Amino acid sequence: MALQASVGGRVAKLTVTAQQSDPIPLNATFSCAPGELLALVGPSGSGKTTLLRTIAGLYQPKQGQVTCAGRTWFSTSERADGKRISLPPQQRQIGMVFQDYALFPHLSALDNVQLALGHLPQPRRYAHATQWLSKVRLEGLEARFPNELSGGQRQRVALARALAREPQALLLDEPFSAVDQVTRRRLQRELALLRQQIPIPIVLVTHDLEEAAALADQICVLHNGTSLQQGTPETLFRRPASPLVARLLDRHNIFEGEVVDWHGQRRLKWGEWLLEVGEALHSLAVGSRVAWYLPPSDIVLHRRGRPSHGERENPVAATVCEMVVLGGITSIALRVSNGDMLRFDIATHAARRNQLTLEEHVHVSLLAEGIHLMPEHRPHVAPHNKRNLL
Amino acid sequence: MDWSALSVSLRLAALTCLFLLPVGIWAGRALATARFRGKGLCEALIALPLVLPPTVLGFYLLQQFGRDAPLGSVWATLTGGGLNFTFSGILLASLIANLPFAIQPIQRAFEHVPTNLREAAWCSGLSPWQTLWRIELPLVWPGILSAAALTFAHTLGEFGVILMVGGAIDGETRTLAIAIYDRVQAFDEQGAARMSALLLFVSLTTLGLVYGLAGKRRWARG
Repeated sequence: MALQASVGGRVAKLTVTAQQSDPIPLNATFSCAPGELLALVGPSGSGKTTLLRTIAGLYQPKQGQVTCAGRTWFSTSERADGKRISLPPQQRQIGMVFQDYALFPHLSALDNVQLALGHLPQPRRYAHATQWLSKVRLEGLEARFPNELSGGQRQRVALARALAREPQALLLDEPFSAVDQVTRRRLQRELALLRQQIPIPIVLVTHDLEEAAALADQICVLHNGTSLQQGTPETLFRRPASPLVARLLDRHNIFEGEVVDWHGQRRLKWGEWLLEVGEALHSLAVGSRVAWYLPPSDIVLHRRGRPSHGERENPVAATVCEMVVLGGITSIALRVSNGDMLRFDIATHAARRNQLTLEEHVHVSLLAEGIHLMPEHRPHVAPHNKRNLL
Repeated sequence: MDWSALSVSLRLAALTCLFLLPVGIWAGRALATARFRGKGLCEALIALPLVLPPTVLGFYLLQQFGRDAPLGSVWATLTGGGLNFTFSGILLASLIANLPFAIQPIQRAFEHVPTNLREAAWCSGLSPWQTLWRIELPLVWPGILSAAALTFAHTLGEFGVILMVGGAIDGETRTLAIAIYDRVQAFDEQGAARMSALLLFVSLTTLGLVYGLAGKRRWARG
């Protein structure tokens, strides 16, 4: 498993490991550097929130370790006498934004923030709380109670309350799930701006892959409590470690091929085609079967009658079997001769210009650089069988 | 008007509230938040005075309060006095009879405090005591208030249990409710009417105040 297991580097890093088999199976390792935003993604029940609660001290796995800013917050192995170290949430200095914000309903916006300023002397709290509220653009709403605020405003109060504590790590549990889409976009933009001012690790739990790709520096993919892969969004979306990771990231174009020898060169045999591959094929034995993935951006549709970019690169003939227009983007599925389906998006005007129609025969190039091999994995996994892959 | 009966009733109601509210807060919170074996049995025992005929409860208490019964003898060694037919006795009986009124409203109120509010308080740096004091108690305040009102009003009106363990000793165990009964027995309908009207007024005022106050919170609206 291609996991970033190294926890060295800067000491201020937030590092987390958690293992247990019940009641919630966990087998996760991830880390987040100061100033970095790490998104924990995965389907519901994959343990995202449990891991966030583990960092906060609201949940204690049977085995594991949490360190942040050079301090051990939780450890089942550090002490010689075998006892666990577990700081209570109060001593961990975390800022947490809960999924439904968990604002104190009987306190005004200002008092909600002031309550988290216990580390400051009483006379300074008011000024600080006011400052934090203005930082999240809530001037003038200080006296409002949570039930008098909109969803977006509540989220901002929750964020101000979390940051007011001057935390060593900021934890966000699906912070954008309870607001409408317009508000969500605005809040996401604000978070992206605010981040630049707070040099601490930020962990974001989300099931929204677009959100993770847009906001995160690092993504960690979770499944049944197991961390499958951590990396930059670019790495994960182009080089998933396994077909399962690709599927969890809602990627299509996962196929199986066979390594063959063709005039002294290694090629990837897929159906009737022998594909050139950018990645090192020569490390694989001839005859071995290998799962591979191609990002949709690396499928190039040939223009009718006109040569186009990459025409000579892995040309493949296929039949259009699905066209779905989603506004400016048209989602296309092509069937190739071995029955596999290639899926990609093109601009709707390009589809019109090419006069694409269903059942039409077209040619595409599969860019060799984009073909990503996932040796030791089978591409097709029955859903109930997924855990065997881990 | 039997002023000494009124005084006994008010003292009994006030002391019952005073002793039972801390118990109610502790037990209500424990029942709402903790999970433990025998929780159902605990809740059943607490609710029992609601359905048991007061005379049945009174009868068992009367037996337990005797000097040769365990509870009565412990009490006698501790204080030198007896429990049956004393103010202490009816206070103890009233504490037991009012358990459901003191605990249940507070338990319901604690059950409505979302767990993540407590967690948010801890994450904001509040200790468990600060969390109780600044977050939980303000939120369950209406529950505490209605527990107090119900306990107070119910103690004023308690008849069967008090009569069984206390009898009707003037200035000691004769409460207003018992005095009314005595007046009716003595064909003094005017006296009974005055005291009944007073009890009605006090009970209605208490409950009215509570429900009025509970609805006045700006943050709980909408």
